[in-house]
Order: sequence, then C-alpha cells, then structure tokens
Amino acid sequence: MAHLTNKDFTSDQEVKWCPGCGDYAILRAMQKALPQLERNKEDFVFVSGIGCSSRFPYYMNTYGFHTIHGRAPAFATGVKLANPKLSVWQITGDGDALAIGGNHFIHALRRNIDINILLFNNEIYGLTKGQFSPTSKKGIKTKSNPHGTTDEPFSPSDLAIGAQGSFFARVVDTNPKLMQKIFLEAEEHRGTSLIEILQNCVIFNDKTFAPITAKEVKQEAQLIVEDGKAMLFGAENNKGLILNGFKLEVVTIGENGITEKDILVHNAKEEDPTLHAMLARMRPPEFPAALGIIRAVNKPTFNEGLLAQLEYEKENAKFKTVDELLKSGDTWEIED
Amino acid sequence: MDKTTKVVDLEKVVIKFAGDSGDGMQLTGSQFTDTSALLGNDLATFPDFPAEIRAPQGTVAGVSGFQIHIGRIDINTPGDIADVLVAMNPAALKANKKSIKKGGTIIVNIDSFTKRDLEKAGYENSPLEDNSFEGYNIIEAPITKLTRETLKDSGLDGKSVGRSKNMFALGIVYWMFNRPMEQTEQFLKKKFEKKPEVVEANIKVMHAGYNFADTIEALPSSYTVLSANLRKGTYRNVMGNQATAWGFLAAAERANKELFLGSYPITPASDILHELAKHKNLGVKTFQAEDEIAGICSAIGASFTGSLAITTTSGPGLALKGEALGLAIMTELPLVVVDVQRGGPSTGLPTKTEQSDLFQALYGRNGESPAVILASSTPANCFDWSYMASKITLEHNTPVVLLSDGYLGNGAEPWNIKSTKDMPSITPNIATEGEEYLPYKRDDRTLARELALPGTKGMEHRLGGLEKEDITGNVSYDGDNHEKMCRIREEKINRIANILPKQEVFGKEKGDLLVVGWGGTHGSLYSAVEKLQKEGLNISLSQFNYINPLPKNTAEIFNNFKKIVVCELNNGQFVNYLRMKNQGVIFNQYNKLQGLPFTTSELEDYFKTLLKN
Repeated sequence: MAHLTNKDFTSDQEVKWCPGCGDYAILRAMQKALPQLERNKEDFVFVSGIGCSSRFPYYMNTYGFHTIHGRAPAFATGVKLANPKLSVWQITGDGDALAIGGNHFIHALRRNIDINILLFNNEIYGLTKGQFSPTSKKGIKTKSNPHGTTDEPFSPSDLAIGAQGSFFARVVDTNPKLMQKIFLEAEEHRGTSLIEILQNCVIFNDKTFAPITAKEVKQEAQLIVEDGKAMLFGAENNKGLILNGFKLEVVTIGENGITEKDILVHNAKEEDPTLHAMLARMRPPEFPAALGIIRAVNKPTFNEGLLAQLEYEKENAKFKTVDELLKSGDTWEIED
Repeated sequence: MDKTTKVVDLEKVVIKFAGDSGDGMQLTGSQFTDTSALLGNDLATFPDFPAEIRAPQGTVAGVSGFQIHIGRIDINTPGDIADVLVAMNPAALKANKKSIKKGGTIIVNIDSFTKRDLEKAGYENSPLEDNSFEGYNIIEAPITKLTRETLKDSGLDGKSVGRSKNMFALGIVYWMFNRPMEQTEQFLKKKFEKKPEVVEANIKVMHAGYNFADTIEALPSSYTVLSANLRKGTYRNVMGNQATAWGFLAAAERANKELFLGSYPITPASDILHELAKHKNLGVKTFQAEDEIAGICSAIGASFTGSLAITTTSGPGLALKGEALGLAIMTELPLVVVDVQRGGPSTGLPTKTEQSDLFQALYGRNGESPAVILASSTPANCFDWSYMASKITLEHNTPVVLLSDGYLGNGAEPWNIKSTKDMPSITPNIATEGEEYLPYKRDDRTLARELALPGTKGMEHRLGGLEKEDITGNVSYDGDNHEKMCRIREEKINRIANILPKQEVFGKEKGDLLVVGWGGTHGSLYSAVEKLQKEGLNISLSQFNYINPLPKNTAEIFNNFKKIVVCELNNGQFVNYLRMKNQGVIFNQYNKLQGLPFTTSELEDYFKTLLKN
C-alpha cells in the first residue's frame, strides 16, 4: 500500500477546531502515520464520542462514527467484534472518557479488546466552553467552579493500570514524530492500546502543559522511555532515574559516583505494573514527565477469545442450522 | 399400575404448584408441562416467582408458583383460577387463597403446618382447622415424612432428601391426571447423569407420591385430560423468550447475516441472552456489556459493521438506552430493541407483567425520533415477531422496538414448529460495491437509505448523531434541511404501512362491540370474546401486533362498530395513541395494573355490561 499518502486519509470536510488547537497536530500525525501501515484504507474505522476531539472522524477519509457522549468504547467494541479484521481507533477526550464514559473506558481496558484509544487530555471541557474536567488540576477556577475546584483529578495512567490495561503510552501534541511512532506501535499491540495525548486547549486552558512542553524546559521536563533502554534525559542526556528504596529518584551521571550502569532500564513488557505506574505519575518540577510507551504487555484479547469459542462450538456443534435447533429436544407429532 | 378409581374426562383444567422458592416448584411445573405436551394436550403456563432469589424461607414473600392450564380444547391463557393447588407450606396456601377455585382440590404438605411454619406465614391458627377453606377438597399429604421414609436407606444426606419432596408432590399430581412418569424419569437421568444416587432417589420419591395418591381414599376421583385438537404437524413446547431468540436466529440465517446481541442482564428479559449465548455454533456473537447503554451501543457498532444487531432489555433498561436509540434513528441503522415489559415505574414489579412501555417506546426520546414498534402476542408467536422485526429493520434500515412482556416471555405453549423456509425472505439494504456512494440517498419507494459496510473499498464515509444533510449525509445545521430530514424520517416509518398485511378482526367485521387489544393480552381477550360469541353476543376482537405504523385499514375497522373498548394492562397508553390517530372515534377503555394478566371472567363481565348499556 505504498501508494497511499496522508492526502488519501484527508476528508473533504473543513476542519473546524480553533486556530492553534493541539488537535490539528494530532490529526496530521495520524494522517501521516496510517499510510505507513500495510493496510487498505477501507479497513480503518474511527469511532468517537462527544467533545472537540470527537469531531476527529469527520476529518479522516476512512469509515467513521461520531457517536454519543462517553459511549465510544462500547460502539468500538461492537465494530471490532462484528468484524475483527478491521483496525479500530477510538478518539476521546478527558470528559468523554473519564467523566460520562468512565465505566465503558475501564471495561474496554479490562477486556483487552483489540482497539486503539487516543485520549486527548486537555484537562478542560472545550466544546461546552470551559468547565473543569476530571483531569483538571485541583483548585483551577472555571465557570462551573469560580472559587476553584475541590475535586481531586483522575490520573488516566493509574485508571488504565487499575483496570488491567495492557498498553499505556503518553505523547505531547508538540512532538509529531513521536506521535506517529506511538500510533504505529499501538496498532501493532494486540489488545486495548491507550495513548494519552497531552493536548493544549488554546482557548480555555492554554499552556496547562507548558511546564512539560515549553521549548525552554522540555529537555529537562520530558523523559522519552524506550523498551530496553536506560531512562536518560536532560539537555546533555546525563540525567537518569534510579530506584531509591520504593521510590524513583532523579540522579546525574558523574555525580555522587553514579554511572550509566546505575540508571534504570525501561521494561515495558514487565507484567507487574508497579514501576509503570510510578513512571507515569512523574511530573515536573521534581521529575520529568514520562513519554513514550510506558507499558506494553502481551495478554489474550477479548475478540480472539470470543472467536476461538465460536470456532470450537461450530466444529463441535450438534446442529449446524437453525431448523435443526428448532426440531431438537422433545417434539411430538399430531396427525390429522 | 392399575387404576381402579373412576376416571373423569375433563375439557380443561388449571393446576398450580406453589411452595417456598427453594422447593423446586418451577421444575415440578415444567415437568408436568412437558409430560402433558407429549400426551398431546394443548396448554399454557405461567411461572410466578418472587423478585428476591431466596426470600426468607416459609414467608409469603418467598412463595414461588407455577400455573399450568391444560386441555383438549384451544387453550389461550394459563387460566384465571386453579382447579387444583399444590401448597408445600402454609405461606403457599395463604398466597394463593384467591387463586384457587371455590370447591377446588388443595394438596397440602401437612408436615409443614407446624406452629413455626404457620407463624412465618402470618397465621395464628392453622387455616386447615378453622373455617378458612370450608367447602374445598383438602388432601393432607405427609410429604416430608414419607419422602424421608422412602429415602431412609438411600445414604443421602438430610438436605438432599429434603430437596426431593417436590417429586412426591409431582407423583401425586401425575396420578391424579393419569400421566405416565417416563418422561420425568428420562429427564432426571439426564440432569443428574453424574449422580446416579440422586436420580434413583428422585424417581423413588416420585413413585412413592404416585402410589400414595393411588392408595389413600382422600382423592375422590382421578381426572384425565384428553389430547387437544391441534393442527397436524410436529410440535414442541416453547417459552416466549426462547421463541424470541429463535426468531432472531432464523432471521439472521435467512438474511445471511451474523447475529450480534449486546445486552445487560435484567428481569424478565435475561433468558433471551441466555438462549442466544448457547448458540455460538450458529455463529451468534453475544456480548454481556457493562451496562444497558453499552449493550445497545455495542449493537449499533455491530450494525454499522454489518451484523443483524439486537439488544434486549426491560423497562428501566429501555430508559437507559433512549439516547443511543436516537442515534440509531439519526444514523438510520438497522437495530432491534426487545423490551420484555414489566411493572413500572422505576424498578417497579420486576417479576410481574404489565404493558408498561408503549409510550416509552413511542415517545421516550429527545427530538422527533420515530421508531417502528411491533408487539408479540403469544409465547409461540414471539418467533414470528422477532423475525418480522429483523426483516423490517434490515430492509428499511431503521430501528425497531419489539415489545414483549413478562407474561409472554416466561409463558409456554405448544408450537407447531416452523421451518426457516416457511418465513418470508429478507433482503438487507446494502449498497453495491463500485458504485458512487451517497450515504443519505434514498430509495424512492421506501425512503430507506443504503448501508456501506466498513471494509468495502471506495465507500468510506462518516456517520454521527449531528443532523445530516439530505443525500450527502454531511453534518448540517441548516434549518430547512433539518425540517426536511425530520419529515423524511417520519415518512419513512409511515411508508412501512404499505407492506403490512391488513389488520384482522376475529368475529364479524361489523357489530355492536369491538374489543381492541395489543401484544400479550391476546390469550385472555380471545378466550373472553370467543365465549361471548358462543353465547350469541355480537362481539369481535382486533388484536394489534403492528403498533407504529398502524395497519392501513385500522380506521376502517373502527368505523364498523357501535362501541369500541381498548383493553390494556396499563393506564391507557394504546387507547390514547388511537385517540390521537383517530380523532372523532369514541374509545372506551378497560385497564388493569395489578402485575397480573386479565382473567377471562372479569373481561366477560365487563363486555356484557358494555353491551347492555
């Protein structure tokens, strides 16, 4: 399918996000990533709920379904079960996935159905014009809580890991190359792949991720993890993570006798999620924020399990047609 | 076993088994049903169980019952009132005092009439010793004691012995109605295949009950109910929920579609999920979702992808599914929503029947969102209606709500088994690959749009809940377009009336009184009307299965009668719908909201009054 380009994945609809919205970068990254997969265009389905991010399917020239608020995982599950050959992508936001759709979100992860979930986390409600969301930082002042929120925010990674998610990655909307790479790896992963995208809302929550994404700080504030590689970061790539007791600690190579050998090596495939959860929770200024694939473990998928049962039952069936079923069991004849 | 007692032929008889919910009354009743069916009786059954799985033992709240109406004439209801009641404890007797015919036969397990049992049931003194049941034929059977005695050398523990006593009761009733025990013996051998000692014990106890009935003099007579006059064919017993499930299987096979059920357990609809979950061998995919909403949403996702997709629920679940059903209406996707209705509002009466949700099915959504509404009317024809719902939804690409109810879903009757080949063909409305695809371009005749399934080359498109532009299906906020689309969606449903058969009238086409019903009340209305017709009264019945749209000749039928009465197990939903659609026609109404079906006698009395005035 080398002939497909990003243009093939661009629909004829005018994109209507606000100028400067982080969603544009995500859309472009997706349109560039998909041609790299050896798949036909008609095999992709984008399913979304409600919110700014959920308009995404309209702009992709693939099969798409803009559904109702919070329920996209259930629609995506139906699509995947009905035709497991399809590549199914769910687009959602922090309100859609973690407030009204929290239940469907955790159950999709628990079942490990083979879909990719892109969680556009901008820590705010955009489409309804600026109310706080379940990921908004505590104390934020919005129209729906002008005195500051008293809610504790959700941590999407903890929620995913608590729900036994098999894949968790995090990217920022300012790094299109990393987004493309992670999208492709998410599609490779068998099971529910959750990608949290730290996405800037220019209107209602501008620069909320600046401590992670701003040019001046990003090298010190981001740790891009890679499976099998030492977790190093910083302008000179000389800072790293070690475990001190049960806690992570940032160290500098060459200081206090630390060498590169002391730095933790990332193992995304480790089944025990403890370290993955700790990595995902890191935030500046004490720590860099972890980006990249934090967790990717192999587990049976829901769709494969169901298909295997269907195959087994078909082969071992007492009857193969509905008529045989209708006439099975106790029957009797009435003569004229 | 010789039968020396006088055998009395009966046209029909109603028997009710009642006991504690742990006493195995449902199994006892189903066994009696299966045996009677094999003898060629026509029959109808109705289980009546408490909402609580195990309410406190011995209390009235914990009584579970199973009523069966058997006969050699056309049986259309499980019967108003029992001729024979089996009461395993005082609570079962108390709960069924009104369900037993004056002078009827009551078999009681006298061992469970101790002071403690009586207190639990709320009796101060034994009702058998005061005048409470004067005039009834009471048979005091020491069922517990004789079961223990029968099994004293069996080596079974006390609990297992106690569990066998329902077989003693079954043995008594088998003797009373002159039924063979082989069918139940076979059943027990299969059910407890790995526990031969349990099989032996149960069979022994059943025989002990049979012999007890044969020997005691308390039984005045033994009845026999001869075979019913059913049409030629191969029959089986079928329950409404089972028939509903099978109708979908048949439709999927005929339409060459995979069947997908997204559902969440809810009483009294769960049996459809259970039944379909068994048949993965036929390619059915069942998905027990995390909630009602995910049930319907997964089904809509599967429908978008090309399955015959259904979701099953009851009243509170339909409320939760409303928004998603609206999306299916907006996106014009095939979907069948089965609502096995129960008493409402709120949690209401989960195990009791009511025609509670007609308005909810018609109007329970935001905006102008018309859906096709169908209703099954007998346990066996649940098969036909789930089939028809599938045909309409796949050919017209619009959601269908199929209304059943607890009474139909759990009721059983003999079914002259249909072949899938007897059913009308189904042609799903799918776009041809290679042609230009405009998602909201319509068929001139039906106004149905065509589907293009994901995976089809060159037909990539986007659907969603935002208003659609006519023809292209692009998002449109244009006011004129919105009005046009609302009218199209309405007209599309109305045009389905063009393919519907004429609404039928049972009895004369013109007359004094037309009884109108819909859905699950058919059996009682039919029995009452038939009886009055035999008495020479000028009365007819029209029972509706097509609710929206109504058959085209509906108004014409109404104009031919002097009086019309609409009978419903609700507060008047269908009658008000008919009033809206047929302005100027005067409709009387008869409503009942007790969680129970109509009795034919109450209907007869009411119809007679209407005819007199």
